[in-house]
Amino acid sequence: MNAALALVVRDLRLALRTPAETLTILAFFVIAATLFAFGIGPEPQALARVATGIVWVVALLACLISLDRLFQSEADDGSLDQLVLAPASLELLVLAKCLAQWLTTALPLIVVSPIVATMLQLPAQGYATLLLTLLLGTPSLSLFGAIGAALSVGARKGGALLALIVLPLYIPVLIFAVAAVEAQIAGLSPRPHLFLLAGFGVFALTITPFAAAAALRQASE
Amino acid sequence: MNWHRYASPANFKRLSDRLMPWTAGGAAVFLAIGVWTGLFASPADYQQGETVRIMYVHVPAAWMSMFVYANLAVAGAAALVWRHPLAEVAGRAIAPVGAAFTFLCLVTGSLWGKPMWGTWWVWDARLTSVLILFFVYLAYMALNSAFDEPERGARASAVLALVGAINLPIIKFSVDWWNTLHQPASITRLDAPAVDPSMLVPLFAMAVGFTFFFLAVALVRIRAELLERRLEALRHARVAGSTIVERA
Repeated sequence: MNAALALVVRDLRLALRTPAETLTILAFFVIAATLFAFGIGPEPQALARVATGIVWVVALLACLISLDRLFQSEADDGSLDQLVLAPASLELLVLAKCLAQWLTTALPLIVVSPIVATMLQLPAQGYATLLLTLLLGTPSLSLFGAIGAALSVGARKGGALLALIVLPLYIPVLIFAVAAVEAQIAGLSPRPHLFLLAGFGVFALTITPFAAAAALRQASE
Repeated sequence: MNWHRYASPANFKRLSDRLMPWTAGGAAVFLAIGVWTGLFASPADYQQGETVRIMYVHVPAAWMSMFVYANLAVAGAAALVWRHPLAEVAGRAIAPVGAAFTFLCLVTGSLWGKPMWGTWWVWDARLTSVLILFFVYLAYMALNSAFDEPERGARASAVLALVGAINLPIIKFSVDWWNTLHQPASITRLDAPAVDPSMLVPLFAMAVGFTFFFLAVALVRIRAELLERRLEALRHARVAGSTIVERA
């Protein structure tokens, strides 16, 4: 437990010392969302219709591009072998890495997302649910992303491969999150979708430590 | 039964030599029956007309896409738990076959959907989950060949196969959980199938034929994979040998 906590603190400290990485991902989030405004056109009705989907897709892609360093930097400097050999359980350390990744990538995205949603003319009654879906859904993105990142450590074609592995796993999160916000905007209850989103998060939390730890053990063999 | 006996390539070759005529012959016989009854000896549907015949390819291909994935997941578990070398080879060998079945299922479904639903594609739960299955197959194949050491690719993709297995129940029950355009199960239900026997004959003949075809192709591909590995090992040995000679 202490080792896991130390790992979270280490990753947070690293992120604070190189804020450029987090800021780059935030900039990507805003710029990519802006592209959609240009691509679809500035009509408020057209943008409002797709705002939820754009915020979510772009947040998902921003999470994705932050993933390829998740374990690769450890593998490059050799500390991955130390993590695998450490007396602490590797499953717990994987969760620590996910938590740190979520705090340094997803949380800033969530903070910025209302601004992006405003730019995209999201209807006012959707904001609270959008934030709630992001809070409920992004942990699943970090967790499933960790599986993909652990599987592709040392792979020849890292980035595109990671996207191919992780994006199919992200689709359910995207579907339920967007459905919840759309239901809220349409005046229906978003609760069933939110429960499914939360359930998916529990599922991700259950399998990620084992799958990612198994992958990391092979990577350091 | 001692499965590790078949881990040795020589034993596997003997086994596959014995099985090959049966699987290939079974595929030929059942596919011939299925094509004949499906195209000529079965009635057109009262609603779907002649397009119902697409179903004799579409439904077995859909079953196979999930059956092959289940095999892939089992092979992945065997590769991870017992480090069974044949399981690694089998996973690598059958993944493209499963992807091909999934693709066939999507294409035939699309061809059937255009006249029946009036659209090539809808974002229906069943269609979407099968599309995700196709993506998972692609990811499996990409991950499998993404490393310099084939063992690492085999183990990594085995983990992915197990994680992706969550999609199988989603595909199966998608038509019950989300009531969308794709029709619910009409064959695998608790009461009698909702399909006329004259149409069940070609359907099952094609399904059995597809299964035998898969087994035959899997055997050929696993053997080819084993030979390729052997070739690679010989090549390595040769390179190693020549450097020793140069040094001496």
